[in-house]
Amino acid sequence: MSRGVRLLVFLVGGGCVAAMFAVAFFRMPAFGGTAHLYRDLAVRATLAHKTANAVGSVNFDQRGIDTLGEETILLASVIGAAVLLRPSEEEAELRPRRPGRVMPSTKLLGYALLPVTLLVGLDVVLHGQVTPGGGFQGGVVIATGLHLLYVAGSYPALDRMRPLEAFDIGEVAGATAFGGVGLAGIVAAGSFLANVIGRGTFGQLVSAGTVPVLNGAVGLEVGCGMVVLLAHFLQQDIIIAAKTEAAASGGTAGERSGSDDEPAERDEES
Amino acid sequence: MNVYAYFVAAWLMLAGGYGIVRSRNMVHAVVSLSVCQAGTYVLLLAVGYQRGALAPVFGSTVKPSKDVVDPVVQAMTLTDIVVSATVTALLLALAVQVNKRQGTVDPDDLTALKG
Amino acid sequence: MTVLLAAALTLVALAGTAVVATNLPERQAVSLSFLGLALTVLFVALQAPGVALSQLGVGTAIVPLMVMLAIRTINARHARQQAADQQDEQDGGPEDGQSGKSAGGAET
Repeated sequence: MSRGVRLLVFLVGGGCVAAMFAVAFFRMPAFGGTAHLYRDLAVRATLAHKTANAVGSVNFDQRGIDTLGEETILLASVIGAAVLLRPSEEEAELRPRRPGRVMPSTKLLGYALLPVTLLVGLDVVLHGQVTPGGGFQGGVVIATGLHLLYVAGSYPALDRMRPLEAFDIGEVAGATAFGGVGLAGIVAAGSFLANVIGRGTFGQLVSAGTVPVLNGAVGLEVGCGMVVLLAHFLQQDIIIAAKTEAAASGGTAGERSGSDDEPAERDEES
Repeated sequence: MNVYAYFVAAWLMLAGGYGIVRSRNMVHAVVSLSVCQAGTYVLLLAVGYQRGALAPVFGSTVKPSKDVVDPVVQAMTLTDIVVSATVTALLLALAVQVNKRQGTVDPDDLTALKG
Repeated sequence: MTVLLAAALTLVALAGTAVVATNLPERQAVSLSFLGLALTVLFVALQAPGVALSQLGVGTAIVPLMVMLAIRTINARHARQQAADQQDEQDGGPEDGQSGKSAGGAET
């Protein structure tokens, strides 16, 4: 199918989809209306389980089985990316180059914000049942915060702080803990992922039963999983090269063909 | 004005689709897929919104008696964001691997199935 | 529909169009990051703080980083391939550390 034909097919199909959208949108309840049946039911169940964060309650308590599926998808995709990005037979690993010049202000901000970010991430994970946030958000903040070490320092520094085997084990431990809590629900109350721990006091740290435990498990899994995922992409970019290339540069931290800008000076949002 | 939010969501989905159809680089197609997925987030949250309602996190400012927006669609959107990120990661890894094997990431050149 | 909501929705629509219209994937990483920020603002306006936090972490920091790393890997391989082809044409010139390799990489 040539590009022109493909565009034509898309325009026809896209036009029909747009028309169907228009018809549907004018028949939907108005934006910002007051009739939300699921909201009434979910909020009633949230308050009955003494959880302050209704979204966390829906995610981990009322629809915990869907979150189990979502975490399994995350685990499977990290494994898939790790398998796809491993060095093949005709590739070897170079020693990474000397890091480029990092501006002193970047270094200061990076090193100063690293413990702050890790603490904030841990706080978001632990308070998932009382404030907006939870396991997934906190895990992502922790994973991104760890890479401040790469922005402010160098790739070898990040490599030392980040033993990949430990993070692999951490990710699987988080996923297994989620399933374990579910099985404990079967043992204690007869149904998978039942909320079996005591409900605690509304709005306090110890509340909402199994929600904080599941938040911790998901935080561990997501944090470790994202670090492993980024590690494989970073390795592909920085370390792995074709064997001929490695031989040409003598296997030392020599120049690499392609881009000349150093990874340490790359702008990153974190 | 009542349906503007829904139309923004539909625009994002169709623009993402157009980007995928017209792209000459697999990474460009993956990023356009991300835009398409962003449209679904906007649609889900727009469905659950209520004018004048507050965030569904109860505490000292939001007493349990006040109106809140729908937490169910927010939970769905959270799952959606996680799955989108993981699918994007896997597709990028696939693009890197395809480039290693075939030497190109142009979708128009990748027509034959090779061993 | 408040002014803030209408502005946030319009900004998201414009940012999404900008991402699709950017042809170079190197630049798309930056505009994808901007789309992530616009979406975060929209989600906060729609009273969804948990979703906004998640979108900020994932769509603004992690996915653009992965896109940039993938593009650098792909471009570096293309540059090496071009350099190898050029060398094959040049009847075996002496190989030194920097044998005329083109910096085909991340032009931003």
